[in-house]
Amino acid sequence: MRHRVIAAATVIVAVLCAAGPARAQDTGARSRPSVVATPADSTLEARTTAVASALRCPVCQGESIQDSPAQLAQDMRAVVRDQLRAGKTPDEIRAYFVSKYGEWILLEPAMRGLNILLYAFPVILVVGGLALVVFLVRRWSKPEANT
Amino acid sequence: MNWKRAIVAMFAAVPLIALFAYGFTRDPRDIPSPLPGHDAPAFALAVFAPGEPPFTRPVGDTIRLRDLAGKVTVVNFWASWCLACRDEHVTLSETARQYAGRPTQFVGVLYNDRPAAGLRWIADMGGQSYPSVADDRSRTAIDFGLFGVPETFIIDPTGRIAYKHIGPISASVLRHWIDSLVPIPAAGDTVRQPSVR
Repeated sequence: MRHRVIAAATVIVAVLCAAGPARAQDTGARSRPSVVATPADSTLEARTTAVASALRCPVCQGESIQDSPAQLAQDMRAVVRDQLRAGKTPDEIRAYFVSKYGEWILLEPAMRGLNILLYAFPVILVVGGLALVVFLVRRWSKPEANT
Repeated sequence: MNWKRAIVAMFAAVPLIALFAYGFTRDPRDIPSPLPGHDAPAFALAVFAPGEPPFTRPVGDTIRLRDLAGKVTVVNFWASWCLACRDEHVTLSETARQYAGRPTQFVGVLYNDRPAAGLRWIADMGGQSYPSVADDRSRTAIDFGLFGVPETFIIDPTGRIAYKHIGPISASVLRHWIDSLVPIPAAGDTVRQPSVR
């Protein structure tokens, strides 16, 4: 009984870990469509959306400046749009916001230094959880096969 | 066998407990700003609230950060809809008056608000000793990495941000930083620099 509880908990943790990144991707996909004034602006709008979707809204809870209706988020989107129009690259724009707000502003932290743990930990957890499930299931199935 | 299990469980649990314990010592709202220690973003903003003598600036006049070099500049972001801004308003106005004879400059920056609403708020609050400027489309606020209001930046005479304060600022904090940064007349060009927090 106790083993089954442990196995159930392990499976739940593994499923939640696997669902985490999927939910984060959903957030990007559900980005509000931008108002497109003319066909010529559509490329700029698409690039603005791409950059703004990766920047965290400072006055919201885990929303990007693309998704948030907050005034500050709208103003930040306007900054992104203006900087793209001025010829700056997405990396330069991200660097600008990082210089003002720190790495916190990036919804997806840069994969370097201790940040690598953020990316590696869910993978380790899923693989470890699956290994544990396999290990426990094989051990439990032995006595059943003997009876 | 049970001892082995207990030791394995302990090795697995201790790092997790340590991680959670460390997390509980931190305030998730406390996000370190990269700005202190760096040059303050340049701004040139139009005055909408003139302030009171001797700080009066004509409405429409442009206040530029670079024109304030050599002074300790206190930049306070505020809004008429901000309740916490009421708590610090008298403190800021009074402290500005107390330092009137010294190389200091207080500037209010209206954030995400209409100047007309800002003027009404100043009148309701009994006036503001120093001038306030309007920040159209929050460009200066974003340049200063603003999260909300009130936020106060203390800029040293060389134009470097010495301190960023989130929330209502107290007179003692203001005095500490201004006294630390104002050039000492008797020591010529010597400027005392506090450790940046």
